[in-house]
Amino acid sequence: MTLNLLKSGEVAKITSVTADDALKARINGLGLRIGQEVAVIRRACMGGPLQVRVGHTDILMRPEQADLINLAK
Amino acid sequence: MKRIALIGMPNTGKSTFFNRLTGASAKIGNWPGITVELLSAKIMEGSEMVEIVDLPGIYNLHGFSEDEKVARHFIENADLDLLVVIGNASQMDRQLGLVLQLQELNLPMVLLLNMHDEAQQHGIKIDTDRLTSELGTPVTLMSAKYSQGIKQARELIRESLSKEKDSTAKEKDTFTDDVKLETKLDHLMSKCVNVPIELSGGLTDKLDKVLLHPWFGLPLFFLAILLMFEVVYTIGTPLQDGIAWLLNVILESQIAHVIDSFNPVVQSFLIEGIYNGVGTVLSFLPIIVMFFLCMAVVEDSGYLARAAFLMDAFMSKLGLDGRSFVMQLMGFGCNVPALMGTRVMRSRGLRLLTMMIIPFSLCSARLQVFVFLTTAIFSPQAAPLVLFTLYIASFGAAFLTAAIYRNRLPNSEPLLLELPPYRFPTWQQMLLHGWRETWYFIREASGYILLGVVLVWFLTHYPFDAVPASSETLAGKIADVFAPVFEPLGMDKLMTVVLIFGFVAKEIVLGAMAVIYAVDPDNLAGVVANTTTWIQAYSFMLFVLIYTPCLSTVAVLKQESKSWSFTAIAVAWPLFLAWLTSFVFYQAATYLFGS
Repeated sequence: MTLNLLKSGEVAKITSVTADDALKARINGLGLRIGQEVAVIRRACMGGPLQVRVGHTDILMRPEQADLINLAK
Repeated sequence: MKRIALIGMPNTGKSTFFNRLTGASAKIGNWPGITVELLSAKIMEGSEMVEIVDLPGIYNLHGFSEDEKVARHFIENADLDLLVVIGNASQMDRQLGLVLQLQELNLPMVLLLNMHDEAQQHGIKIDTDRLTSELGTPVTLMSAKYSQGIKQARELIRESLSKEKDSTAKEKDTFTDDVKLETKLDHLMSKCVNVPIELSGGLTDKLDKVLLHPWFGLPLFFLAILLMFEVVYTIGTPLQDGIAWLLNVILESQIAHVIDSFNPVVQSFLIEGIYNGVGTVLSFLPIIVMFFLCMAVVEDSGYLARAAFLMDAFMSKLGLDGRSFVMQLMGFGCNVPALMGTRVMRSRGLRLLTMMIIPFSLCSARLQVFVFLTTAIFSPQAAPLVLFTLYIASFGAAFLTAAIYRNRLPNSEPLLLELPPYRFPTWQQMLLHGWRETWYFIREASGYILLGVVLVWFLTHYPFDAVPASSETLAGKIADVFAPVFEPLGMDKLMTVVLIFGFVAKEIVLGAMAVIYAVDPDNLAGVVANTTTWIQAYSFMLFVLIYTPCLSTVAVLKQESKSWSFTAIAVAWPLFLAWLTSFVFYQAATYLFGS
C-alpha cells in the first residue's frame, strides 16, 4: 500500500519510493527514508494535500506524491 | 581576507544566525558566475576581517532547483576558507544527510546545531563529542533566536579559520554512493542522537487542529490577514496624518519666508516640485513600516506554509500550487522579492506562470495610492470596503491570468514542502526584519521618487509662462496624444500624466499628483476630492492596480525568466487587462449611476 492510502492517525514503515532520482533525492532530503515510520496527520479538503509526519518533521505533499511512497504496516 | 559560507536546509534558522553574527550590516551583492544576489557581510573575527556569505537554504546538494544550483556553484567556485553548516537539532535524522553530502566536498567545515531549545522541549539528546569524533567535524549546539551558544559557535569558527588549510588534504570521498551515506547516517543517529517517542501533541499540533481545519481553516486565514490590515491602518493612519500636518507646519513656519525672495520659478520648483512631491510620499512611510513589520511576523511564524496547505487544492486547478499563493501574498509587500522567491520552483512552466501572477499583488507602493484616494473620495465608513474590493480585484486579475495562460505554461511539478512548527519571532527579529525591508524600500524608491517628481514638475510647468499643468505645457501636450486611449476610461489630462509616470514606479504616483495639483500633502485630499468623481477615481485605481507595477519588477521579470518574449507578454498583458477592466467599469458605472 502507499502513503496516500494510509488513514489519518495511522503509522507505517516506508519500504520503497518509486520516483526518479531527482524526486527521490528531495523526498529523502525531507526525511522520508526507507525504514522510517511515517504518519498521516490530516488531509486538506477537496482532494488537497496531505500533512505527513516523519520524526519531528511535518511535510505537506500532494496525493500524487504520496502515491509514490510504498509502505508496510 | 577569509571567506565563510553559511549553508543549511530551509527552516534551520540560518538567517537568524547570520543576523546574530553580522547585525544589520549585511548587504545584497552580486557574485561572478551567478546571476543571483546573495546576502553577505564583513565582520571582525578575532584579529582579521572575515566575509560571511548567506547561501540559499537547500535540502539536497544534488538538487535541480535554481537555489540548489546557486548554492552548489558558489561552494565549488568561490574560494572558501570555511563552510559553516547550520542544522536543526530536532530534525537530526534528515539534517545529517546534507552534512554527509557536504563532507564529500572536502572543505574545512563546522556544524552548528541550531534550535537547541526546541530539541530540548522534545527531549532530544545529542552527544556532540561523539558526533564530532564520528564526523571528524567540530559540532556545537546553539539557539540563535535566544542567543544561546553563539559564543561557542563563534569560537569554533575562529579556531577552524586559524588552522592551516591542510585539512583539505583529507582522503578523497569514501561515501560516494547513497547507500553508503544511508548506512553512515543510521550509524550516526543510533550512536549520537536519542529521540524519545512523542506522546502528546505540542502547541503546534493544537494550533493546527484549528488553523488547518478542513472547513474553518481558510476563513480563519483570511480573517487573520484582514486583522493584520486592521492593525496596520489603526496604527499607521494617525501617524500618516501627523506627518502630513507636520510637513505643512514646517513649510509655512520655516521654509516659506526663507525662499520668499527667490525667483518664482525656483520657488515653485522647490515647494510644488520637491517639497510637496517627496513630502506626500514620505507621509505614507508609517503605513509602509507597519505593513512590513506585520509581514515579518507572518513570514517568520510558519503560517505561510499553512496557507500553501489550505490553498493548494484551489491553486492546482489553475495550474499553480500552494507555493504560488504564498509568493502572491509576499508580493503584497513588494513584488520584487516575491518574484525572486519563485527560484525554489523547479518546473519552468510553474515558475513562469507564478511570475505572471505576482505583479497583480497589490504591493505597498500601490497601497499608498489607494489609501490616499479611498479616504479622499469615499466616506470613512465606505473607504475600507472600497479598499477591500481592490484586494479582491487583485486576486481576480491574478487568477484570471493563470486560467488564461495555464495551458501555455504547463506544470507537472510535484509539491513537497516542509511545515515548520509555529514560531513567534522575538522583538529583535521582527524589528530587524521589518527594518531591512523598509530600508530596502526607501533605498530602491527614493531615487525614483525624487527623479519622478522633478520630471513631473518640469513637464507640468514648462514653458514657465504657461498656466501650470494646462494644455500649453509639455505635460498637457503629452496628455493630448494619449487622450483617445485614456478618455474612455474617464481619466482627465492630469490623471493621464500621472499614469504615464506611474509606469516607472507607483511610488511616484502620489508625489506626481501633489506636484500636478500644486498643493501640499495636508490639503491634497481635499483638492482631489473636488475635481474627481468616485467613478473616475475607482477607474483610476483599477488601472493603477493592474498595469505594470514598476520598472524594477520588469527588470526582475527579465532577469529571472531570461526571456525577452516572456517579459514582453508579462508587460503587455497587464496593460491590456488594465485598460479593459477600467473601460468596462467606467462605461458600465457611468451608464448605471450617471456621471
